[in-house]
Amino acid sequence: MSQPVKLPEISKADRERLAQTGIDLEMKNRCGRYLQMDQDVVHAECAEEGIEVLSYKKAMEKYDGLKEYAWKVVSPEKDEITKYVAAQKDPKGYVIIAHKGTNNIFPIQACLFLGREQIQHVHNIIIAEEGAELHIISGCSSGEHVGTGGMHYGVSEFYVKKNAKISFTMIHNWSENIEVYPRSASIVEENGVFLSNYVCMQPVKKVQMYPTATLKGANSVARFSSVVIATPGSYMDLGSRAILEGPGSSAELVTRAITKGGTILSRGHINGKTAGTRGHLECKGLILKDGLIYAVPEIEGSVVGTELSHEAAVGKLAREEIEYLMSRGLDEDEATATIIRGFLDVKISGLPEALQKQIDASIDEAEKSGF
Amino acid sequence: MLDIKNLHVKVGDKEVLHDINLHIGEGETHVLLGPNGSGKTTLLMTIMGYSQYTITEGKIVFKGEDVTNMKAHERAKRGVGMLFQRPPTISGLKLGKLLSAISRTKTEDIPELAKSLHMDKFLERDINKGFSGGEIKRSEVLQLTIQNPDFIMLDEPESGVDIENISLIGNAIGSLLEKDKHIAKRQKSGLIITHTGYILDYLETDRGHVMCDGQIKCHGNPREILKDIKQHGYKECLECRNP
Repeated sequence: MSQPVKLPEISKADRERLAQTGIDLEMKNRCGRYLQMDQDVVHAECAEEGIEVLSYKKAMEKYDGLKEYAWKVVSPEKDEITKYVAAQKDPKGYVIIAHKGTNNIFPIQACLFLGREQIQHVHNIIIAEEGAELHIISGCSSGEHVGTGGMHYGVSEFYVKKNAKISFTMIHNWSENIEVYPRSASIVEENGVFLSNYVCMQPVKKVQMYPTATLKGANSVARFSSVVIATPGSYMDLGSRAILEGPGSSAELVTRAITKGGTILSRGHINGKTAGTRGHLECKGLILKDGLIYAVPEIEGSVVGTELSHEAAVGKLAREEIEYLMSRGLDEDEATATIIRGFLDVKISGLPEALQKQIDASIDEAEKSGF
Repeated sequence: MLDIKNLHVKVGDKEVLHDINLHIGEGETHVLLGPNGSGKTTLLMTIMGYSQYTITEGKIVFKGEDVTNMKAHERAKRGVGMLFQRPPTISGLKLGKLLSAISRTKTEDIPELAKSLHMDKFLERDINKGFSGGEIKRSEVLQLTIQNPDFIMLDEPESGVDIENISLIGNAIGSLLEKDKHIAKRQKSGLIITHTGYILDYLETDRGHVMCDGQIKCHGNPREILKDIKQHGYKECLECRNP
């Protein structure tokens, strides 16, 4: 096995690739960070009082194995990926705990960088205790020197306690030879809010994920949003699931998918198990070049008083819209990019402005090259 | 400003405009009248350069340059502009962002111009999404104000607009067409489609044309033509079909 890449070795080009995922190695407007290069934990720290950013190993030592949390919402037996991560003798990843009542104004950045390793594995646990508010931006990228390809296996378990909130914004900037298998799930308690955002504007060989939120508490909320572009050779199997158990709980699953020749499977499932619950699933797809967008929206209601809906649409750019902008002086390419940028514009209710800006910036970056 | 000669236009396989000839001089504003489906909007969209309208014969000359084969944005850059009757809704595209794209460099005037048309609260809204009739027209006028074209086509600027808004829109269009300038100094030209003629209460026009079955059938004083149409409808035009 080759030696993991070290921080000073990150080239200017790779730093720029990381910056596109919202990772700022200079730590401007960030309150804490976790940085893992291949299997090497470079940083795990947080300046905010009451919020801990620990390596998985350190957290296990400090909190006696985190028995209440480790492998409690994701089963180690779920599939080959979780089995591989669970079998590691030297587990990697981070544990972030926002203790009771804390609130981070600036997000914590978690950076997972694949430099040389064949398989990067992580097991992350994120906990917002009662009344805490925790914002995380997770940037995942690979180096320009990952020649033969690599894989990222990531297990993430989220715990949103009573009146707490977690926003988790994941921006991917992998490359054509990387396969990514996140396995994540969350439990949201009474009045808790869980926001999960995913942006991938760059090529990737394969992504497969189906994060699940179980809304256990009364009036708990989950919002998933995904904004993705699949280039030729990219295979993106993306889903999200919300299980509405707490009375008054609600979920919203929103996807904007564009194919430029790649494949996108956009799955979604909302299960309304209790009266007074609400869920909406929305998938809009745009086919710019022949590829595949396969939307599988599922809604499942089993009790009187759950209200679930979905809308899915796949189409092309409307000629009328392009020519309307052309009549205002934009050339065809400018008009097309402007409409695509609008299509990808998803405003996430409850997300701090800094993170919304980061999402917007990451999409704007793709707009610069005309998508 | 604009010279249309012997223009024939097809949509799909069907010819919809036949042998159109029209001259609009610098500083002049003309009115285009005619029954529904007579081809008025088609003529405007053809002049704008929409690709679904195929010119099979004739030419369009703008400021001395043949623009017949130019795309819409090339015509727009040369000074052709249009107020659309039913512009599309574009999800996610904010009005403010489009205005910045239109103005390219001079974006500092946008908030004030938006305010003058009571559109300052719409800059962060998706273009035309949930806009009322009057709001759509104010958004169109605002876009045109920033675009500042030399030749402005207006497709039913008063449709769907209430009394209060019609004066706001009428006056704004009047200043776009430099109606506040002395007739000798006026350089902007216009072509207005109207059914009701209400817009003519806010700006003087120079000449009227009546379109019927894809042809311009007669010309004259716009108020006189309108008065006649109000009294008799398009009956006389229909009689024109088979002279």
